Amino acid sequence: MTDSRWEAVIGLEVHAQLATRSKMFCSCPTDYLGAPPNTNVCEVCLGLPGVLPVINRRAVELTVRTALALGCRIARHTRFDRKNYFYPDLPKGYQISQYELPIGREGRLEVNGRTVRITRVHLEEDTGKLLHAGDALETAGESLVDLNRAGVPLMEIVSEPDLTGADEARDYAVTLREILRAIGASEADMEKGQLRAEANVSVRPRGSTELGVKTELKNINSFRFLQRAVEHEIRRQIRLLESGGVVVQETRGWSEAEQRTFSQRTKEYAQDYRYFPEPDLPPLELDPAWVERLRASLPELPPARRRRLVEQYGLPEFDAGQLTLDAATADLFEATVAAGAPPKQVANWIIGSRPSLAPEHLAELIRLVVEGTINREQGLQVLEEAQASGRPPGELVRERGLTQVSDEAALAGVIERVLAENPRAVADVRAGRQQAIGALLGQVRQATGGRANMKLATEMLRRRLGS
Amino acid sequence: MERHLAVIEREEPRIGAFLRVTEDLARSQAAEADRRLASGEGVTPLTGIPLAIKDVICVAGVETTAGSRILSGFRPPYDATVIARLREAGAVFLGMTNCDEFAMGSSTENSGYHPTRNPHDPSRVPGGSSGGSAAAVASGEAVYALGTDTGGSIRQPAALCGVVGMKPTYGRVSRYGLIAFASSLDQIGPFATGVRDAALVLQAVSGPDPRDATSADRPVDVLSELEAGVEGLRLGVPREYFQVEGMEPGVKATVERALLVLERAGAELVEVSLPHTDYGLAAYYIIAPAECSSNLARFDSVRYGLRVEGENLLETYLRTRRQGFGPEVRRRIMLGTYALSAGYYDAYYLRAQKVRTLIARDFEQAFLHCDAIVSATSPVVAFPLGAKLADPLAMYLNDVLTLGGNLAGLPGVSVPCGTSEGLPVGLQVLAPQWRDATALRVARAYEVARD
Repeated sequence: MTDSRWEAVIGLEVHAQLATRSKMFCSCPTDYLGAPPNTNVCEVCLGLPGVLPVINRRAVELTVRTALALGCRIARHTRFDRKNYFYPDLPKGYQISQYELPIGREGRLEVNGRTVRITRVHLEEDTGKLLHAGDALETAGESLVDLNRAGVPLMEIVSEPDLTGADEARDYAVTLREILRAIGASEADMEKGQLRAEANVSVRPRGSTELGVKTELKNINSFRFLQRAVEHEIRRQIRLLESGGVVVQETRGWSEAEQRTFSQRTKEYAQDYRYFPEPDLPPLELDPAWVERLRASLPELPPARRRRLVEQYGLPEFDAGQLTLDAATADLFEATVAAGAPPKQVANWIIGSRPSLAPEHLAELIRLVVEGTINREQGLQVLEEAQASGRPPGELVRERGLTQVSDEAALAGVIERVLAENPRAVADVRAGRQQAIGALLGQVRQATGGRANMKLATEMLRRRLGS
Repeated sequence: MERHLAVIEREEPRIGAFLRVTEDLARSQAAEADRRLASGEGVTPLTGIPLAIKDVICVAGVETTAGSRILSGFRPPYDATVIARLREAGAVFLGMTNCDEFAMGSSTENSGYHPTRNPHDPSRVPGGSSGGSAAAVASGEAVYALGTDTGGSIRQPAALCGVVGMKPTYGRVSRYGLIAFASSLDQIGPFATGVRDAALVLQAVSGPDPRDATSADRPVDVLSELEAGVEGLRLGVPREYFQVEGMEPGVKATVERALLVLERAGAELVEVSLPHTDYGLAAYYIIAPAECSSNLARFDSVRYGLRVEGENLLETYLRTRRQGFGPEVRRRIMLGTYALSAGYYDAYYLRAQKVRTLIARDFEQAFLHCDAIVSATSPVVAFPLGAKLADPLAMYLNDVLTLGGNLAGLPGVSVPCGTSEGLPVGLQVLAPQWRDATALRVARAYEVARD
């Protein structure tokens, strides 16, 4: 916040749906999106009488990978606990989660050069979804329950309240998503609900070490909304405190339409979840040798790769950031550079829309442009054809006679002709109207069928007209 | 099989062992068994043998209510693992037997439907919670039956009805499809008229199950020692188990005579001590209700079973659960909820778990000096209906000799060992974990020596 008398204290709880094929405790598939309600279910995730959970090994593995990527200490002995509460989207009346012994604890995530401490990473199951005919469960005339999502593996990543602003909160979530994607733990698509963030926000007089009363922001389904919701909430709390009011501990939602947070549920008394060890599952022992193998198999993570791209290739921070948004883009960049193209040029060709071209071919194409054999426009044309046909760019250039006209004598002839045919434009340029030079260049381009080395043509034209 | 349906028709008005008789299913299974026997394919020791199933074990398509009104009308869409295994073996299902609601009780009087009567004296209870299964076997309605044992719910009714009942080692038999009471204590086991039959049934339903993470991948060898006798075995007699509150002198004398029979058969009796016995009941009545308070939360009227509409969701929850659960179930849900609540968890649940560990250690220590432990199964014989209904603590004392086996996860058999006041008395044999074969061996040796 810009207000210098106050500072914000923010912690994030992020839930990520793990990229497993089956649910946490049964064999139902996890791709429930689009399925008719209550069809992606079995007796286990419906919580029918008599059923028992069986742990999804892959979910444990992906959670350990995440905890490792976040630098957590990995528990040797861990277990699942029951979190008891009544809600119609919770078929068993309890959620199988981890309370006392999470898989990972005490990690860290670097966000824009600052270290945010990670409290814990644990594994649990998702709930179903409710559809209310009305605003909320309490006031709805009817509510519908869809249990397709019930039992989908969910990982909770809790940060310490180390974040100090709305932008930083968003950047934390974005960085976290990059890591989850890079290690294959989650597809982490916020719009699909695969990544959900809850922010705990409080403010305090700058320099104070005591924490203010916090509110919990929920129902945030995009990074932009997260940033706006936190920003709004910080401002709301400061206004409240400055006008002599007090912040009430409560859960607040974000209304994108109204651009404000609103009270959802006051926490007058703490919910007692009556956690106890899940008796249907034996304790989980994580073999340290297996954990070490997972650690060794982790790919280079986006923040580290970004730093390396800057250092190793001399790229600007912005380019490195864009290239490391996903691993495939960064991989293409490095392979293309290795195939002999200059790094900055490669970055320019890749950022924005990643070509689907073999690195050797992309390098060849970039060299053709850099060395002046073809111009940039021709390059884009060749790229398109190479992508469609899979043929080497050099071959296409030769075949189509696409080489650019860089021969000064040839260009001089064209330029003289154009000048002769456009006396008015020539006069305009001479009279100081520089934009008229564009019209003349257009004529040169046209006269060479788009093959003129435009950089050279521009130079020659300026020289000739003395402008 | 027709003979058993006829016995059921004759005995049920007097006994009330069944909640539902599945005649059509039994007839079609019997016909299938006949085909197997004729062709000789897929024949097992259980092919064509009719059994009764405690109403807490899910049978696909057959109403399964756990003896509770809250599950009235619930037909599971799936088979419990033990049921699937028995179908595979060619068994014939006679029906679902009465029990205390959600297996909570020691007399079957807590059934949400009707009480069951003891075939030896219909004015008395059959024990519980698997009273219907015990009574069905004792009255000849079924050749054998499945029950469940959380604190003694197989062994105690077996003792009171004069049949053999066995609770296997925790993890020996899959709990998948067993409507849970207390997950860390529940185990499915057989009732039969003799030890050999009980062992055959156990053999058929045992073994690891990928659907139950607490089932153990251990070799199933429960028949291996069955006829080996007790010559040379050391049998521990825990002094605390003969001094429990409310032990009837007639029961004690009958069991002591049975111990002499075992001694004459070649066993060496050694005194052992289980010093934490006095704390077992308290620990059990914290842990079991705690787990039950969570296990029974799913009965919320939203997806299956009883639904009593209210003004809003909370009212619907409250009304359904108030009407659907009987007083004993409600009492245990409240006890368990309390024991798990913030501020009480350490003092109750955690402390009870520590006691549980101490009790398991007592048994480990005792088994250093003996191969099995022998005692009475129940301190009392079958009592009149209604005698203990008003006094839950008196009812809880029925389990004092059996629940240690559940807390420690041990296998235990109750075998009839005579009568007191004309009513059956059971001898309990407890063995170390996974030594189910030893427990059956001692019980079988007693049976042979007795006859």
